[in-house]
Amino acid sequence: MTSPEDAASRDPIPAELPAPGTAPGTAPGTAPAAKPRVVLVDDHAMFRAGVRAEIGESVDIVGEAASVAEAISTIVHVRPDVVLLDVHLPDGGGPAVVAAVLPVLHSVRFLALSVSDAAEDVISVIRSGARGYVTKTISGADLTDAITRVAEGDVVFSPRLAGFVLDAFRDGDVGPVPSVDPELDQLTPREQEVLRLLARGYSYREIGGELFISIKTVETHASNVLRKLQMSSRHQLTRWAADRRLV
Amino acid sequence: MDATMPAMPSVPPTPSTAAGPDLAAVPPRLYRVAEGRRVAGVAAGLADHLGLSRRWIRLAFIALSLGTGMGIVLYGAFWIVLPAPAHEPPRSKRSAFVFVVAIIAALAVLAFNIRTLPLGWWFVPSLLACFGGALLWRQASETERERWRRLSRGSLGANTFDRAGILRIVAGITLVLAGGVFILARAGFAAVGIGLVAMLVTGAGLALITGPWWLRLVRELTEERRERIRVEERAELAAHLHDSVLQTLALIQRSAGSPREVSRLARSQERELRSRLYGTGIPNGLFAAALHAAAAEVEDSYAITIDVVVVGDRSLDVRLDAVVAAAREAMVNAAKHAKVQTVSLYAEVSDTEVTVFVRDRGVGFDPESIDEDRQGVRGSIIGRLARQRGTAAIKSAPDEGTEITLRMELP
Repeated sequence: MTSPEDAASRDPIPAELPAPGTAPGTAPGTAPAAKPRVVLVDDHAMFRAGVRAEIGESVDIVGEAASVAEAISTIVHVRPDVVLLDVHLPDGGGPAVVAAVLPVLHSVRFLALSVSDAAEDVISVIRSGARGYVTKTISGADLTDAITRVAEGDVVFSPRLAGFVLDAFRDGDVGPVPSVDPELDQLTPREQEVLRLLARGYSYREIGGELFISIKTVETHASNVLRKLQMSSRHQLTRWAADRRLV
Repeated sequence: MDATMPAMPSVPPTPSTAAGPDLAAVPPRLYRVAEGRRVAGVAAGLADHLGLSRRWIRLAFIALSLGTGMGIVLYGAFWIVLPAPAHEPPRSKRSAFVFVVAIIAALAVLAFNIRTLPLGWWFVPSLLACFGGALLWRQASETERERWRRLSRGSLGANTFDRAGILRIVAGITLVLAGGVFILARAGFAAVGIGLVAMLVTGAGLALITGPWWLRLVRELTEERRERIRVEERAELAAHLHDSVLQTLALIQRSAGSPREVSRLARSQERELRSRLYGTGIPNGLFAAALHAAAAEVEDSYAITIDVVVVGDRSLDVRLDAVVAAAREAMVNAAKHAKVQTVSLYAEVSDTEVTVFVRDRGVGFDPESIDEDRQGVRGSIIGRLARQRGTAAIKSAPDEGTEITLRMELP
């Protein structure tokens, strides 16, 4: 990991356009496990600088943006692996960015990052298509880990998000609206177990050890939960989203 | 001409001041003018507003007065409805003399013309009523007038009566009755019918003329109320920022040498802001809030971060109090012994049971080796729950962190 990535991180990388998701072509001697290419979207320059200082070593920060419009054009231009996305932006919000980019670029993955404790904020950005949610108090190492996992196609549940999901899918809390797809509106017992352990602060590896399943299986459960979270017409989720005028 | 118009410095420049009833519906407001006035500053104000010579306006008023008395009536009307000048300087002896003479002359002209006034026999009573109202209006302070304006709006739609409103209505009724008696005494019963019709017509005309003004008044008052709410909210927020955030920042600067203290202060401020923004941790007799409060206490005492996630909620009772107390003890243990900065607390309330997990990734210990006299774990956690028919389990191993599980079945 001694390659001079700092120089490359400043390049707009115009030659990259045909091959999204691959390692930067400007550094031929890069180690096999390429650093994920990341765009930072946050309206506070101070916060971006802080994140850059903390994780700039272990990921390749290829762009920054401070507003929805800027974020969309930057992301479409540099085609990063992961977008670190603030939920609250001055001219719209995280969900607007996800909704604008995903139809164009399917390969970009979004990781939401927020100081908000409000369930509707978290749920709305996940429902718009983000692959995970972490709070801004997360440590640098954990954030790097989360980015890497999202880049690999994994989903990231912070304990708080896991708690929100459990809350939203709680038994006996089905709303008056008849569910369109009952399977989507319920978590399997195994998924609930996984979520509970996530909420308790367990890592995937620890969950695998606890439930005697492989990490891969844990990941599958987690992404199934994410899919249900995004697709479910469950009353409570819909209400949260509707509050934010997303549905 | 704007420069010659006095502002109203006694009132903030919110739309409330704009509620002044100017008849000329143009943005530059029409005011009575204090300096250089002869009687009440109406002519001067009009002249300044229209950009005409004061002399000409005065002459016009006098001419109108001499012919029919209409000038006096007009002047009186303007006097009533135009906003008062900003600061009324005390009148000099000479101008006071002019004032009195002018009033007497006006009354004399009116009295003299009473027979020949075109609208004579109904005009005088309504003039009396006008002057009665004007007198009340003149006596009132600006805030009282503001309230009357609001009231007169309110009494059209709602029944908001307070003392000023009742006073106003009583005075109005008295004047109307006085006018009626006057008509009866002077003109006899035969004229009453015609008089009523005339009054109705005049009333309708007045409504037509002043309708837009009333509308604007209502709109401005709404706008003013909205503005006031906004200002109040801003003030409240500023007060809050001052009381908590600024104080904390000052404290942080003072204890910049101690990272532990700084992070404790920052964390406690963050928690306070969060509880304000998202309403978590406000004591409300519910389990989740109690857990949040307990975690906050431990955070404050031991300068660590506790991630609290609670699913479901329920009212506190003796047994849940025990769970909260045990969870608090578990957090204290983690803070004291685990040598970590972060502790996770997860609690779930279902219909049948309450479970709480307190987990750290710290140094851990061998649960077998807890001394019998370690009050913390045995007494405060296990014993406390056992007394309420709950259970506590400790899972820990050296270097693998510790997780304490509290479980309480609910009836």
